[in-house]
Amino acid sequence: MTDEKRDIVIPSQLLGDADKLKAGRGTFIENGKIYAEKLGILSKKSDYVNIVPLKGRYDAIEGDFVIGIVEEPLSSSWLVNINAPYPALLHINEVPWDIEFGETDKYLNYGDAIMAKILEVNIEKKLQITLKDRNLYKIKGGYITYIEPSKVPRLIGKQGSMISLLKKYSNCRIFIGKNGRIWIDGKDDSIAKVIQAINIVENESTSFGLTDKIENLLKNRNSRVVQ
Amino acid sequence: MESDIKLIDADGKRLDGRKIDELRKIKIEAGVLHRADGSCYLEWGGNKVVAAVYGPREAIPRHSQNPLKAIVRARYNMAAFSVEDRKRPGPDRRSREISKVTSEALEKIVLTDKFPRAAIDVNIEVLEAEAGTRCAGLTAAGVALADAGIPMTDIPVACAAGKIGSNDENGKKTGGHVVLDLGKREDNFGDADLPIAISPRTGEIILLQMDGHLTLEEFDQALTLAIKGCNIISEIQKDALLEKYQKGLEVD
Repeated sequence: MTDEKRDIVIPSQLLGDADKLKAGRGTFIENGKIYAEKLGILSKKSDYVNIVPLKGRYDAIEGDFVIGIVEEPLSSSWLVNINAPYPALLHINEVPWDIEFGETDKYLNYGDAIMAKILEVNIEKKLQITLKDRNLYKIKGGYITYIEPSKVPRLIGKQGSMISLLKKYSNCRIFIGKNGRIWIDGKDDSIAKVIQAINIVENESTSFGLTDKIENLLKNRNSRVVQ
Repeated sequence: MESDIKLIDADGKRLDGRKIDELRKIKIEAGVLHRADGSCYLEWGGNKVVAAVYGPREAIPRHSQNPLKAIVRARYNMAAFSVEDRKRPGPDRRSREISKVTSEALEKIVLTDKFPRAAIDVNIEVLEAEAGTRCAGLTAAGVALADAGIPMTDIPVACAAGKIGSNDENGKKTGGHVVLDLGKREDNFGDADLPIAISPRTGEIILLQMDGHLTLEEFDQALTLAIKGCNIISEIQKDALLEKYQKGLEVD
């Protein structure tokens, strides 16, 4: 966020020589040259050229906290949609409950939302998730909204500045999954306010001074509520 | 008879007033569909095409999965109202062939090994047709793939060249002209059509088909001309993507 210029790069755009720069995320090397492989924003950190994608599916990384929606209960596991290209497997050994074989649907059924952690991503990109960690549970109540997974860091902000701001002014409980799903719980009008702020963050994620703008918005709205 | 139509005049002007190496008017817009992961609307002369990309997502049926890489499934479809006489809806021999060659062309440029077992679906819908729809469809699909944020080595682009005007007004055979981007009547009454698709960064040919007869010299000439056309269209594709996403950066 320090460099003043933000450039859009499109696939196949030439980014530099491989002997001078290092190819980071979202790039590939061909014949000693670095090219962009996807649509995104160029960011150069030390010698690395990275591309922060603007769109695309969630790329699961081990240890990420995500919000999943149960797609199918199987006899000893569940298939959970976590917005990755593939459904994730949640095994009964990875939940805090003691479940009889074939009774998985009594605990989690189609449509239930859970907070989960990515346990494993194997070479075939088969995903496993777990509920055995702090603060992981089945979601009851609240509202789930969605932003592009690539914009999650922006919504959290530097050292969580943006998210703590939202929590402070709205009195909502907010959980941001790395896969772009966001759970908000609180009063109805506060939820609406948070969603409005999140939409602004998503639409203007590449502009500067966004945290201040959101703060102003939330402050103004608070005063209007008082009137 | 209409087949005796004079497709090119003595000054080298074509029926619609174009020069022999001139393209029809092209307009490309990226990201037009809300529910798709990526999309593109393209107008190319009288062609109107929408392309939508869904995925990468798990390939179903499972036996179609490749454990090492993603599969690209392009589906080319012409709307019933896209041509003058109503087209019988549904896949036919022609559209299945085009779907197949388009899938294979797109598979070449998508980094499929990043998504094992997945499928990337590309739906190409021809709303209005006026010759060269497979080129228009592939060009739109390229923009839609980039718009979906799918990793790829290049944005593919397609264009056709062909040969027209070997019949003069008395029905006698003459040399004919190699021209760029055939229009409807040029396609129907011309001598040959050569649609190609390339990867513009490397110049690699990812699709090449030919209908009609060309001599070896004419073929080389047509190929060079079509590649030239592809490079022009490639710039329009890139501008369309930049226009859509650069705007978001200028909000203050």
